[in-house]
Amino acid sequence: MSTPTPRQIPDRLASPLARRLKSWEALLLAVAIAIFIANSIASPYFLDPWNLSDASFNFTEKAMIAFAMAMLIIAGDIDLSVASIIALCSTVMGVAMMAGAPVWVLVGLGLGTGLLCGAFNGLLVAGMGLPSIVVTIGTMSLFRGISYIVLGDGAFTGYPSDFSWFGQGYVWWVFSVELALFAALAVMFGLLLHGTSFGRTVYAIGNNATAARFSGIRVDRVRFILFLLTGVMSGLAAVCLTSRLGSTRPSIATGFELEVVTMVVLGGVNILGGSGSIPGVVIAALVMGLVTFGLGLLNVPGIVMSIIVGLLLIGVIALPRLWAMWRK
Amino acid sequence: MWKSREAILALAVLALLAVIASRFPAFILPGNLARVFTDTSPLIILALGQMVVILTKCIDLSVAANLALCGMIAAMLNGMGVPLPLILLIVLALGAALGAVNGLLVWKVNIPSIVVTLGTMTIYRGVIFLLTDGKWINAHQMTDGFKAFPRTSILGLPVMGWIAILTVIAVAVLVNRTPLGRAFYAVGGNPHAAVYTGISVGRTQFVAFVLSGALAGLAGYLWVARYAVAYVDIAGGFELDVVAACVIGGIAIAGGAGSVTGCLLGALFLGIVKNALPVIGISPFWQMAISGTAILIAIAFNARGQGPKGRIILKQAEHRA
Repeated sequence: MSTPTPRQIPDRLASPLARRLKSWEALLLAVAIAIFIANSIASPYFLDPWNLSDASFNFTEKAMIAFAMAMLIIAGDIDLSVASIIALCSTVMGVAMMAGAPVWVLVGLGLGTGLLCGAFNGLLVAGMGLPSIVVTIGTMSLFRGISYIVLGDGAFTGYPSDFSWFGQGYVWWVFSVELALFAALAVMFGLLLHGTSFGRTVYAIGNNATAARFSGIRVDRVRFILFLLTGVMSGLAAVCLTSRLGSTRPSIATGFELEVVTMVVLGGVNILGGSGSIPGVVIAALVMGLVTFGLGLLNVPGIVMSIIVGLLLIGVIALPRLWAMWRK
Repeated sequence: MWKSREAILALAVLALLAVIASRFPAFILPGNLARVFTDTSPLIILALGQMVVILTKCIDLSVAANLALCGMIAAMLNGMGVPLPLILLIVLALGAALGAVNGLLVWKVNIPSIVVTLGTMTIYRGVIFLLTDGKWINAHQMTDGFKAFPRTSILGLPVMGWIAILTVIAVAVLVNRTPLGRAFYAVGGNPHAAVYTGISVGRTQFVAFVLSGALAGLAGYLWVARYAVAYVDIAGGFELDVVAACVIGGIAIAGGAGSVTGCLLGALFLGIVKNALPVIGISPFWQMAISGTAILIAIAFNARGQGPKGRIILKQAEHRA
């Protein structure tokens, strides 16, 4: 693969402001603003607060998972089973709902199932030392497979009306419950990654797990906790998505893992681990939400949007590298 | 050690057949086994390509989308009256070209293969939609020759099965008997050492992706011709089965280790399970969970005795102190 090259050490560092202006996050923010302006020119319906509020559902559920996924990828792992965790959580909630469980039990079961799925992944990866890519490809099949066993080609419908609050409710004016959750989680994950010693250990593990181990970090425990977090966030996304759709099918949230990973990578997180930030992921979530919503207003079909997501994923990694190669 | 792993897997496959046969003897009649093998052919062909990619420390998640796109193109060319041999050449070339896109991004731009193929997976499928506007190409829109070729029986086995056998032999020769085959193992086993022996890591990975793509293209025609239908979602999620076949077959996901025999056995294991479920009377909806469980058992089994590296270093340090 790539061989490490000696770094060029400049005579003096660029000023903090210049560095911040040249950062990936600043570039991304400029892109977000450009898309916002382009959209508002392209469609007269774009700048309506209610439309924008509806648009936020395009990214809030995925972004919840993306925050935890960002930390997991920074630590050098990946979880491809998140969409299947959603399917399993939603199925468990569906079974409980059919048995007449109250809303708080449904939510608890959703989060709890996500936690268990995350613990299962974490046990196999951190506990047994298996590679996370294959483990989560396996559990991706297993978790959704269980949903298929339970549901076959059927569906659970008829969730209680109180339950719809999570995916369809509003906290205040146009601000939905999901949007509020997104904002709160963005702040929490930002603080966790950038403001605590736990966050520093995540970077340390991603840069050099062996060195981290020698400096006294419980590497496997941290990785296990990150899988737990990703599982719980997938459970939360399952609660929101199930509540919003009002039904559970085994094919729920198909392809979410791709969009979540795209969001994280678009947010400037190094897919090989070691660097990245939560603000970057937040802006990336907004960019992806704005792009899909804008294209939706222009009547672009969903599968064409997925081409654009795929191109974005490759493009955002390829362009800076091609630019660097071209400048050499 | 490698031999014993494949022996264990072969025993597992035989045990599986024995269990099924104990209740449904008709399952192991030669005619039915030939049908199961033919049904598993696309999986075998794709798993062999995937094996070569995994040997070089990469992964190709775009194979199923590549298959679907090439299959659709084959069906469309058939509709335009292009003769079958030419169609076969075109799908091989197109599959190779789609693989080359993956390979170039991995080789020249140095993007991790999982990201590249996760992206191209959706792009290739999206392209099918752009080409067809979501329309299906059904059996009556395909010529009889186009549909009949994979089903033509030679010595009791359809052509599709023979193509899988030929692919197994070709890949086995390539991997075991040529310098390129050694390079696949060298690149995955130790990239730095490979560079010192004069092997270009990136180029070898590129070749692996081209091979995987070409095989996916071939499988695309076979798939569409056999099932006599082409649409956007054919072989959806099939890439997971392909990776599963490799992992069950003992192909090390970290690269550099694995054999054609193992890969073939892994694919056969999944193929037998898939074909046996309806016979035993278990809903086909169990298939996904079973292959997931099989993947997990296989990786746990493959990793026996390989502790995390950091721990070993620590032990050495303790010994010295």
